[in-house]
Amino acid sequence: MNQHIILRVITKILIAPIILFGLYVQFHGDFGAGGGFQAGVIIAVGFILHALIFGLSTTQQVMPMWVVRTAACFGVLIYTGVGVYTMLNGGNFLDYDFVSHDPVGYAVAGQHLGILLIEAGVGLTVAAVMVLVFYGFADAAGLFGTERD
Amino acid sequence: MNAIIIDLVLFTLLAAVAIQIVRLNHLFVVTMLSGVFSLLTAGLFITMDAPDVAFTEAAVGAGISTVLMLGTLALTAHSQKTTKGTQTVPLLVVIATGMALIYSTFDMPAFGDPEAPSHVHVGPFYIEETPELIDVPNIVTAVLASYRGFDTLGEVVVVFMAGVGVLALLGHKPIRRAVEARAQPANRREEDA
Repeated sequence: MNQHIILRVITKILIAPIILFGLYVQFHGDFGAGGGFQAGVIIAVGFILHALIFGLSTTQQVMPMWVVRTAACFGVLIYTGVGVYTMLNGGNFLDYDFVSHDPVGYAVAGQHLGILLIEAGVGLTVAAVMVLVFYGFADAAGLFGTERD
Repeated sequence: MNAIIIDLVLFTLLAAVAIQIVRLNHLFVVTMLSGVFSLLTAGLFITMDAPDVAFTEAAVGAGISTVLMLGTLALTAHSQKTTKGTQTVPLLVVIATGMALIYSTFDMPAFGDPEAPSHVHVGPFYIEETPELIDVPNIVTAVLASYRGFDTLGEVVVVFMAGVGVLALLGHKPIRRAVEARAQPANRREEDA
């Protein structure tokens, strides 16, 4: 796509707002529509758009395969980690009341922090897996691979 | 009145798109139409006051899965094999199933019925207790992340396993070489090897 200058310029302008919107959906999920799943998909779309226009090899320099693989595992780890942490604090698995230091007085604060953390885990895993699956298909099919910036 | 017009337009388009998806053999067009189908479904979810579901449908159904289907198309053929002759038996099966499904909707509560079983079970508890127990304005998030956190953990693990599965199937080099070899003329294969 080296000759498509309009696509390249527009993409460069669009990618930052796309990822910003993803983060908005991620952190605004408590107040409106959205949450980790949707945010993860939107952030992944930013990287997929980059790969479509600038080529897979360029995107893999920005976001290497090992980073994506690690992030996918790390998201699940954060989620289960919160669950194990609440168990260590004396609660049930994923009972966010026990995320706070005082489950009786500050249960709601624990709930807020717990939801924030697990949504972060969800977003991380979903974004990473979407990029990972896209890398897998695009790589196997030899799509977008030849066009370096 | 407006809602009825929007519903009618969306359902008409949905039916038209579905019929085209069944009729066409060109898989690229079918993939694009399935993206359109998802987007129309998202519109219907919006009219049913379910923005969270609509958001997910638009992002996943219309966005990501279309891209992934296109990636799959690059690995496979571009058009569907046509079967010869009329298919009376499958048509009868489809019609019978459709009629059974329509018949079963007669027993369902009306849309938005406050006495519906799903609205009198745990729903009132979530609506009454969420401001005090969890204190997030979006009750959908409270249900998804807190009340049913274990459920959501399962979903995240399913997504993760999907990634692992794709990586296991496509993440290694031999497939790519095979595809490249297929794409190139026979006499150039020797040089690459």
